[in-house]
Amino acid sequence: MSTPQLVGSYQPGDSLVHRLPVGVKVSTLAVFSLCVVAVRSMPASWVFLALALGAALLARVSVTALARAARGVLLVAVVVAAFQWWLKGPDRAIETVVDLFALALVAVVLTATTPVNAMLDALVRWITPFRRLGAEPDRVALTVGLAVQAIPGTIAIAVETRDAARARGLERRPRAYLSPFVIRVVARAQETGDALAARGLGDD
Amino acid sequence: MPTLTFDAAGVTVDTPHGPKVVLEPTTLELTERRVGVVGANGSGKSTLARLVNGLVTATTGRVVVDGVDVSKDPSRVRRRVGFVFTDPAAQVVMPTCVEDVELSLRRHVKGATARRARAIEMLASFGLADLADTSVHALSGGQRQMLALAGVLAVEPSVVVADEPTTLLDLANTRRVGDVLLGLEQQLVLVTHDLDLARRCDRVLVVEDGRIRYDGAPDAAVDDYVASVEAREGAGL
Ligand SMILES: Nc1ncnc2c1ncn2[C@@H]1O[C@H](COP(=O)(O)OP(=O)(O)O)[C@@H](O)[C@H]1O
Ligand SMILES: [Mg+2]
Repeated sequence: MSTPQLVGSYQPGDSLVHRLPVGVKVSTLAVFSLCVVAVRSMPASWVFLALALGAALLARVSVTALARAARGVLLVAVVVAAFQWWLKGPDRAIETVVDLFALALVAVVLTATTPVNAMLDALVRWITPFRRLGAEPDRVALTVGLAVQAIPGTIAIAVETRDAARARGLERRPRAYLSPFVIRVVARAQETGDALAARGLGDD
Repeated sequence: MPTLTFDAAGVTVDTPHGPKVVLEPTTLELTERRVGVVGANGSGKSTLARLVNGLVTATTGRVVVDGVDVSKDPSRVRRRVGFVFTDPAAQVVMPTCVEDVELSLRRHVKGATARRARAIEMLASFGLADLADTSVHALSGGQRQMLALAGVLAVEPSVVVADEPTTLLDLANTRRVGDVLLGLEQQLVLVTHDLDLARRCDRVLVVEDGRIRYDGAPDAAVDDYVASVEAREGAGL
């Protein structure tokens, strides 16, 4: 069974980007994303895209991972661009698309160069000082990890239920795949909860 | 071996049509290393298995794992009882193999380097050394079940409960996973539809309509199960 993947998974390596501390990477990503969203100028957008591409090159992210990420945002980009074109004109539309691709690229660079466990460990470190305020570091980390992991699983269920509806010639009847889809997503969530409990995770 | 005790343990659930007995009060003392559980779909096997680590709580009686009452201290029992599910996709939650085993080890091994080393060691002992950094979505069904096993055994439980762990696997993988489970030094409770695996246990329970219909030596138990299925077929049920 092949499952489509939205979030690029970790590719081991020893590039400069791989070796940067997680904190540096995550905060750079946050600042970069803020800049991309806040700065409204066409030349700046191209600079952001160039920077993102530079980071991808430096991290030696595989071309397939980049292509997959690009394909992932393509549909959203086209829809958003159409709206922008209609509301604000072509310049704004192009700028938005370029911005979106820059954001997708840096997200791929982060996930490709940083194991999820390293991000979770960092998250736990950052949250620990807030423990007295009622924060539970391990639980937060686990929740984030699960959320990341739930995406490919949910897509796989969507693909399977759609294929099953198609096989019965029911692809034009949304209920034929929506109800099994919802039931299976809920069932999967319940199983995952049981599995976590069985592994003794999240119950102290 | 640990001792698993069912002391008139039963499960009744509320349904829209009123209360339903899923497992009648059952009394058992399991001390064998490998206990097999067979029976039809819906007979109550999973309920029996889940009682052992508190995923299901007894509504009457009690279940005691090595002196610890499951309903009194469920998290302590879960640290001792590993659970293997039918569909490893629900059990494997991290993106890569090594990360999933590391998740299990979070509380047991402190320090990222030591944890990684231990996780790699675990993967190697399950024949997954080359797949450490592989996405869990790229694994075959058999490999994914092996990974789930590695995650469960990483925390060194003293009992392993497996609920139809080979139902989704082909013959070769069924044998591979079955060999690992039956070869464990830990106590094993193995719910299975694979009668060959059941025959390799030390004691087998046959469950029917929420009751233990037969409890004894594997060959005799499996024969009893087969005979009961054939009798039902003969009666046109
Ligand atoms: N929480 C529940 N609510 C309603 N019915 C349940 C519940 N748990 C189990 N059952 C029912 O009890 C019976 C036995 O379930 P289970 O232990 O899963 O059987 P098995 O694993 O042998 O297939 C089934 O008919 C199932 O539908
Ligand atoms: Mg079952």
